[in-house]
Amino acid sequence: MTNDPSMPLANDAPLGSGSESAIEPERYEFRAPAVHHFGLQRRDFFKFLGAGVLVVCALKQVAAAQESGAPPPGGLGFGPPLPKEISAWLHVGENGVTVYTGKVEIGQNIRTSLAQAVAEELRYPVGKVELTMGDTQLTPYDMGTFGSRTTPTMNLQLRKVAAAAREQLIALAATKWNVDAQKLKAVNGRVEVAGTKRSIAYGELVAAQQLTAVIPADDPLIPPAQWTVEGKSISKVDGRDFVTGKHRYPSDQTLPGMLYGKILRPPSFGATLVSINAPSFDLADNVTFVRDGDFAGVAAATEAAATRALNALQAKWNEQPQISNSDLFAYLKGNSVDAKGFEGAQKYETGSVDKDLAAADRQLHQTYTVSYIQHAPLEPRAALAQWSGNMLTVWTGTQRPFAVRTEVAQATRVPEEQVRVLMPDMGAAYGGKHTGECAVEAARLARAANAPVKLVWTREEEFTWAYFRPAGVIDVAGGIRNDGALAAWDYTNYNSGAAGIRTFYEVPSQRIVFQPTRYPLRQGSYRALAATANHFARESFMDELAHAANMDPLAFRLKNLKNDRLRAVFAAAAEKFGWNRAKPAPGHGFGIAGGFEKGGNVATCVEAAVDRESGFVKIARVVVAFECGAIVNPENLKNQIVGANIMGIGGALFEKINFAGGRILNAQFSKYRVPRFSDVPPIDVVLLDRKDIPPAGAGETPIVGLAPAIGNAIFQATGKRLRSLPMIPNGLNSA
Amino acid sequence: MANVIKLHVNGGVQVVSTDPRASLLSVLRDQLDLTGTKYGCGEAQCGACTVLIDGHPRRSCITPVGTAAGRQITTIEGLEQHGKLHPVQEAFLTEEAMQCAYCTSGMIMTAVAFLKSNPSPTEEEIAHAMEGNICRCGTYPRIVAAIQRASHQGTQS
Repeated sequence: MTNDPSMPLANDAPLGSGSESAIEPERYEFRAPAVHHFGLQRRDFFKFLGAGVLVVCALKQVAAAQESGAPPPGGLGFGPPLPKEISAWLHVGENGVTVYTGKVEIGQNIRTSLAQAVAEELRYPVGKVELTMGDTQLTPYDMGTFGSRTTPTMNLQLRKVAAAAREQLIALAATKWNVDAQKLKAVNGRVEVAGTKRSIAYGELVAAQQLTAVIPADDPLIPPAQWTVEGKSISKVDGRDFVTGKHRYPSDQTLPGMLYGKILRPPSFGATLVSINAPSFDLADNVTFVRDGDFAGVAAATEAAATRALNALQAKWNEQPQISNSDLFAYLKGNSVDAKGFEGAQKYETGSVDKDLAAADRQLHQTYTVSYIQHAPLEPRAALAQWSGNMLTVWTGTQRPFAVRTEVAQATRVPEEQVRVLMPDMGAAYGGKHTGECAVEAARLARAANAPVKLVWTREEEFTWAYFRPAGVIDVAGGIRNDGALAAWDYTNYNSGAAGIRTFYEVPSQRIVFQPTRYPLRQGSYRALAATANHFARESFMDELAHAANMDPLAFRLKNLKNDRLRAVFAAAAEKFGWNRAKPAPGHGFGIAGGFEKGGNVATCVEAAVDRESGFVKIARVVVAFECGAIVNPENLKNQIVGANIMGIGGALFEKINFAGGRILNAQFSKYRVPRFSDVPPIDVVLLDRKDIPPAGAGETPIVGLAPAIGNAIFQATGKRLRSLPMIPNGLNSA
Repeated sequence: MANVIKLHVNGGVQVVSTDPRASLLSVLRDQLDLTGTKYGCGEAQCGACTVLIDGHPRRSCITPVGTAAGRQITTIEGLEQHGKLHPVQEAFLTEEAMQCAYCTSGMIMTAVAFLKSNPSPTEEEIAHAMEGNICRCGTYPRIVAAIQRASHQGTQS
């Protein structure tokens, strides 16, 4: 998060003296269980890793407890027992450097950026840093890879671990050569005596050593201004494995004797299995049939055989009446959940909203809606499960391998210690793979079949049985004075979520409410959570207010905005776009929107071109200015920003889940339109590098400005205000 | 019913026993362990499963393996020659044209075939030719740049 004291709202802090409980922005990130203690002891480490120097990063409170013990942490040799709660560790061995972290690579490129962090501090070639990630047996517990937390947390922790390892290596060399450590420096994998040709490779230095260190909290770090590896555009460390097809994703895993699984799905959500008749299967297909309550599935020698077996099952289901998407928004408005605490409504209120709204020179009331959409990662859920006695190993694609371990252990009724979950770098997630359904299903089939079972969800299954980005209804009322100053702000979000719900504009009287409701589809995290919906509503409404005030939309925003970081990105985007210089051609419109979330600040300008006859909308160009503190890898940051905006085009313009009777009606790419090559406008990215601010994550926030900027541009071009996401699923003329 | 089918894959000959109606994708992945070709949709909508058959890009998920018998099949694993990457592979690396990279094999195979038919395309022509391939991470501009880079190299060499 930001260190900027001028920031009016830190999204991971309580929202101040609101009249009820503080708003919990991350409510749709699945909550984490208690930290799981890690079992490996010092001797196990070296047995497994070989000789060398081991540096572990203890969680803060544990590190403090360690300090009360006799030997000082960070000291050489056999100090106190290793802390139980560890976030990462690094091993410098005779054959190389390996880092262990529970974070996972899902396309956001942290395998590279974390390697950079280690290389920077350890003074070691970046391409030679090995990362073992997301393996519940080998890596420390990690809550999960979500919330743009890797860069602000794990990046920092690995830098500290690597810096400590570097100092250990220098100390080793000092002892070996009997020279003052001050005269030594670490360069490119070697310790050398400054100003001489005397040097030794790390591998040689650690031979036959078994040294451990627990990093102290105040280890010196190289300041961003002096970075030589971080802050640079390092190419994907294992890029060659991807362009040659060698990389093995979760769905590419195989084992000898492996069977293929298929799951019998209910015809509609909530349907219960009344009866099932399993016919006699073809012996050659080697079919195993499993039924356990409403769960039914098959495993067979080939995928085709599994499909045949599945199709042969005769099941009777008891279906429940369900609402359809045409009833959705009325349903959400009419089904508030009245609960206490985390499950209930959350509210922030200051000033006198009703009075100031009534007294304002102009008032405006609007309602915005957001449809359900799907992440649709190109690799669907996949798992390979193998039982060996009571021990279970599962390779699966997930953002939360440790949570999946818990889920699988509970579902299969074995202790967690007997379950190992491995996460091979996967084909993306975007917040959509927090859960372990597929791993559980594969594990159940594998146990029944007494053989390894691979299960890869079909696209239809992924579109239907994964979870969705929550739909929502957002009511906003605002009051302004004649000079364009905001006087009152009344905002309620039904169901879609609380992330990014607070306004960063200066408003003396505010009431901001997140109202949970009953909801018809399974819903969960999606890139940027509800910040996309809340920015869409807020920044569209700000545009409506600006027009009501007869002010330029940018000038209106700046009049009501004090936050310097946000002002800076607005200024940078407007400058690059030519907001104040250029005027849109006939049929074209300019739109601007911006915001703050998860330590990142974004401003987005869009030029939309509308063909009045056909209603065809073309996004002519996009400018995105982004600032998330010190930049770790500029090219990768740009890649994330451009990618988020391209993904955002879908949710802004045409992506929408259609459902009725508990069935998804467009569970295929031929019926659910996602952005393609021809949808992509020129996107200019302006990066603001704040070396004085610790780096924040950037996988999510860049997406939030796009939809409102497009809507605002379409309004300027046509006078038509679009208040529903997606805005034009069937073209502008039917919107 | 299973038939014995002779496939010419990446310059070699493979004999498989399979139902000729089985998808080429499933045979490549499950029988020949060529997992670089990906499943994405099963309805020829995303391009992740693209391979070359006699030099033409084909969606292996809807191609019955029987129809590929006797033809030259090239998968992503067959592009690298004697340790040297194909110019399109090199260009994808140079332009960092990937994030999760699950679509990359299909993108590269489609691009390789396209550049044979149009060695120096414009950006619009590239976008048109690649329209059937989905990248959910949104790396499209980098993919266009990579294909242009590869085309320039092709005309220079």
